[in-house]
Amino acid sequence: MSKPIVATTSLAGCFGCHMSVLDIDERILELIDLVDFDKSPVNDIKKFSRTCDIGLIEGGCCNSENVHVLKDFREHCKILVSVGECAIMGGLPAMRNGIPLRECLEEAYLNGPTVQNNKLKLIPNDPEIPILLDKVYPCHEIVKMDYHLPGCPPRADLIWEALIALVTGGEMKLPYEVVKFD
Amino acid sequence: MKKFTQKVLEKYHHDKTRLMDILIAIQKEFGYVGSDAVEQIAQELSMSEVDVEQTLSFYHFFSMQPTGMYSIYLNTSAVSNMMGRTQVAAAFEKATGIKFGQVTPDGRIGLFETSCIGMNDQEPAAIINNRIFTKLTSFRVKEIVRDIKEGKPVTEMYTAGFGDGANRDDAVQSVVSNNIRKIGPILDPNYKVGEAIKKIIAMTPEQVIAMVKNSGIRGRGGAGFPTGLKWEFCHNAEGDRKYIFCNADEGEPGTFKDRVILTELPRLLFEGMVVAGYAVGAREGILYLRYEYMYLEEYLEKILSAAREKHYLGKDIMGKTGFDFDIRIQFGAGAYVCGEESALIESAEGKRGEPRDRPPFPVEKGYLEKPTVVNNVETLCSVVKVILKGAEWYRSFGTAESTGTKLLSISGDCRNPGVYEVAWGFTVNDILEMVGTANPVQAVQVGGPSGSLIGPNEFNRILGYEDLATGGSLIIFDENRDLLTDVVLNFMDFFIEESCGSCSTCRILPSVLRAKLLKILNARGVAQDIDDMLAWSRFLKASRCGLGQTAANPIVSTIKNFRHLYEAKIQTRKAYDTGFDLSRAVQEACEVTGRIPNI
Repeated sequence: MSKPIVATTSLAGCFGCHMSVLDIDERILELIDLVDFDKSPVNDIKKFSRTCDIGLIEGGCCNSENVHVLKDFREHCKILVSVGECAIMGGLPAMRNGIPLRECLEEAYLNGPTVQNNKLKLIPNDPEIPILLDKVYPCHEIVKMDYHLPGCPPRADLIWEALIALVTGGEMKLPYEVVKFD
Repeated sequence: MKKFTQKVLEKYHHDKTRLMDILIAIQKEFGYVGSDAVEQIAQELSMSEVDVEQTLSFYHFFSMQPTGMYSIYLNTSAVSNMMGRTQVAAAFEKATGIKFGQVTPDGRIGLFETSCIGMNDQEPAAIINNRIFTKLTSFRVKEIVRDIKEGKPVTEMYTAGFGDGANRDDAVQSVVSNNIRKIGPILDPNYKVGEAIKKIIAMTPEQVIAMVKNSGIRGRGGAGFPTGLKWEFCHNAEGDRKYIFCNADEGEPGTFKDRVILTELPRLLFEGMVVAGYAVGAREGILYLRYEYMYLEEYLEKILSAAREKHYLGKDIMGKTGFDFDIRIQFGAGAYVCGEESALIESAEGKRGEPRDRPPFPVEKGYLEKPTVVNNVETLCSVVKVILKGAEWYRSFGTAESTGTKLLSISGDCRNPGVYEVAWGFTVNDILEMVGTANPVQAVQVGGPSGSLIGPNEFNRILGYEDLATGGSLIIFDENRDLLTDVVLNFMDFFIEESCGSCSTCRILPSVLRAKLLKILNARGVAQDIDDMLAWSRFLKASRCGLGQTAANPIVSTIKNFRHLYEAKIQTRKAYDTGFDLSRAVQEACEVTGRIPNI
């Protein structure tokens, strides 16, 4: 039987959740025995080459590209998991949600104290740049998400346990320390 | 403001448990409580400014910014909408040139929305400078705004005659109508004040309690706790002082029967409080009255003074040595949750109206930590009749579990909205026949937003604690109403507005559920959304008080009884839809950067 296939991505996140995946230390050797990776920053595969079993999503959606990537993941993955605070609730990037987008952009590019030499009063508008969304969305407000792994980042043990449970079909171990955050 | 504030503080003896009264006095005089006043109050009462602001910011009718020389509060209840509030609201905005939530630049007019003001049988209604204006029309709005611009006092702005009964009293002079449609033992106008007091002073308190217990009367606010038992607990509780509260915070949208009692039979109510005081051994009674009924203040004070003169109140009542009891009025300031008894007590102590954790129950530790009975207006009135005519007589009305009669506040699509006193045990069909309906009835809301919305297949259910318990509000919707938009959405807005914010369940879930409902109304819903709403609603049960626990009832009861309305609006081709629309989400960024969407 072929191994389950995993894909991962970081949307509006800081890659901290991916770092936390690497934090499983030597168990990474066990992991590559258990699963194959498709599209993921871990192996630098840029495009889906096949249907995957599990997609791990870090970060929420702050621009149009995030939305496309997320929808692409939904199409190619049987199970999608929101990994970490940003994917689940928008996280730090969502702090801008209380401020109108125009104000954010004008502060960043026109009026902020660190703005220099923007004589043309331009806000970046190259067609190549993904377009910002009106606010930062958690993943489940864009597509259906099957599971949520909380934490900022979720601990390596939690990610490990979740992956093992998904791959083996067993019950996930959720000791108190893993889900208690304060 | 400084001098006035000083005077008010002195009037209330610098007592911080009277903070509500202090703030109300200042708000009434100036239309707001400024930060200077907050600082002054905090200093004089040895409180922190934040503590003063806690109370100040909690209540709807307090404001830290000026609310205009004329503050207009237009009711937003579902029935108000049904009776044409939208046009009236638009007329107000047009005539004043401002939007709701704003004050005109010259500071003359403030325009605000407010939750149900207890006038459901004469909507749309508004409160302007504590006077009530009912049955508003676009034309009437023009007249009112014209009068305001001319600077007429509100008392001179009425064009129609005053309402019926005591609404014409010199101390009321209001256009409000009682609309009493059916009289029973409680509303019986042939009542002689003082007879019940005369009777109880010949009895022991224990005998009075036994009689009330024997009558089987239960709390009329909606929860239905046996009144005699409550009194007994309080009677037996240790405490050098005890208190009787009358809960007249009638905030449940659709309820207005207490307003009618307070207008027509305040003496009966006060006598009921005296009886309760005698039974539990309290010397002080407090009528907690909702701010919306401020127009009754002068009238009620007048009646209290008269009662003192006749020795129905005060020292040695009716010659009984050592039987002292007096009543004061405590106003709220606009918060539905204060109808919950422990929140009401918190509020009367000058704090935010947040429900307390129980136990201890108020009968053990209530107002100022002393044993306290909190009874509904109607309960206290019923007790007087029990005393006068006996428990047996009282039990002859109603059913075995629900004895006596109930005042119903009936409004919505019916010929004769108003107050009806009926014995418990009638079916909804009986009631509908009694009030008269023009069009086929689609649904009846029993017990306000926290109750349930039932359809014709349940109209044979009976009103009573054993089946359909109700605080007395019945709202009728005919076949032309859109239940989800006109009713459920309005009720969810109400719960979101009125949550005290203490429990996260009640603070968050109603908003989440409302978003789901809107998604369905916007044709983006799927079957999963209906199931989600039901599943998530269950978590509200973790809330501390009844408001939170029932906040999903509008949705839960309509899914249960009118599921087809939801199913008609959902997408059947999709199993899942988040409702996300990329082109709408990038619109703003494109406008700011001048880009063409290339998504």
